[in-house]
Amino acid sequence: MAWMSWTLPTALFFIGIAVILVGMTTWQIISPCVERRGFLPLATTRGDRLFIGLLSSAFIHLAFVALTDVNIAVATVLCAFWMVILMRWG
Amino acid sequence: MQIKVENNKAWFLVLPVFLIVAFSAIIPLMTVVNYSVQDIFDPYTRYFVGTEWFKQVMLDSRLHEALLRQFLYSFTILAIEVPLGICVALMMPTKGRGASLALILVAIPLLIPWNVVGTIWQIFGRADIGLFGAFMSSIGVDYNYASDPTDAWLTVVLMDVWHWTPLIALLCYSGLRAIPEVYYQAARIDQASRWAVFRYIQLPKLTNVLIIGVLLRFMDSFMIYTEPFVLTGGGPGSSTTFLSQSLVQQAIGQFDLGPAAAFSLVYFLIILLVCWVFYTTIMNMQKDK
Repeated sequence: MAWMSWTLPTALFFIGIAVILVGMTTWQIISPCVERRGFLPLATTRGDRLFIGLLSSAFIHLAFVALTDVNIAVATVLCAFWMVILMRWG
Repeated sequence: MQIKVENNKAWFLVLPVFLIVAFSAIIPLMTVVNYSVQDIFDPYTRYFVGTEWFKQVMLDSRLHEALLRQFLYSFTILAIEVPLGICVALMMPTKGRGASLALILVAIPLLIPWNVVGTIWQIFGRADIGLFGAFMSSIGVDYNYASDPTDAWLTVVLMDVWHWTPLIALLCYSGLRAIPEVYYQAARIDQASRWAVFRYIQLPKLTNVLIIGVLLRFMDSFMIYTEPFVLTGGGPGSSTTFLSQSLVQQAIGQFDLGPAAAFSLVYFLIILLVCWVFYTTIMNMQKDK
């Protein structure tokens, strides 16, 4: 695995993604979701909201990096809140 | 009451595909993420730099220009290829030898490799030996794709339209053939006009193939590399340097693996976002109907 040039932050990032995917799959098996409409202008399933949340979080991080000198951890915390809001009311 | 038995064994049949995709796409993507946060001098000498490369990439004006050119290019070719492809499909014969001949003729550009397409248009556009270049000169147009940015753009767009409109045309042709004859019979009984038949029967039935066509063409055109590289080399100046060519210059030309990896990820996120917006919009339009 050395050729992949792993670092601790990227390893933690991928472990996080893997945990989310396994968790969502388990959640879906235990309690299958129904498509619904929240504050987003389209009907979404749980998986749709996760995808939208992850993609928008990536862009929020990029905007933080490009436009500010604030620590990236601030963007991560904001995105965590955003994900919770999106999954619950999106 | 009949109980539906769910058989989940089919998931195991998907496993080989998953493994192939993992090796061909997921693992390289993970490696790119790892590269994007490091300054790599050689396989054994690398330093963690955090988000430095992302900042550099996001503030690079050359990349902003390449991104704008890329969007302009992709939307231009989509705006031409989709209506043109539908028109070609509507005009193609449906029965007899003419249908087979038309299918073969329309499919020919799709069979030509990208680098050969670039070479064909490189010669075709030359004013001294190329048919298109000579024609433009004969009608008094000072056309030179090697020195004039507008001519270079025109040639690159024409080349893509020539190469890929057949894909849209063939997809639409298959979509049109799948429409049952009863729809046309009903239209004849109602004395519907040719436009009404197209607007209310053919176009709605083409939606699914057009979704595939638009997505394929957007993704392909957004990642275009070989044809403009062979035809114009990204010039004159940097007028036809698109994102993938900028990326290759950075990754292979300058061997800046870290910034190139960060650039790749931003590029990937943009493609993912635009495809998702396209797909969601079209699927919602269908639901609303």
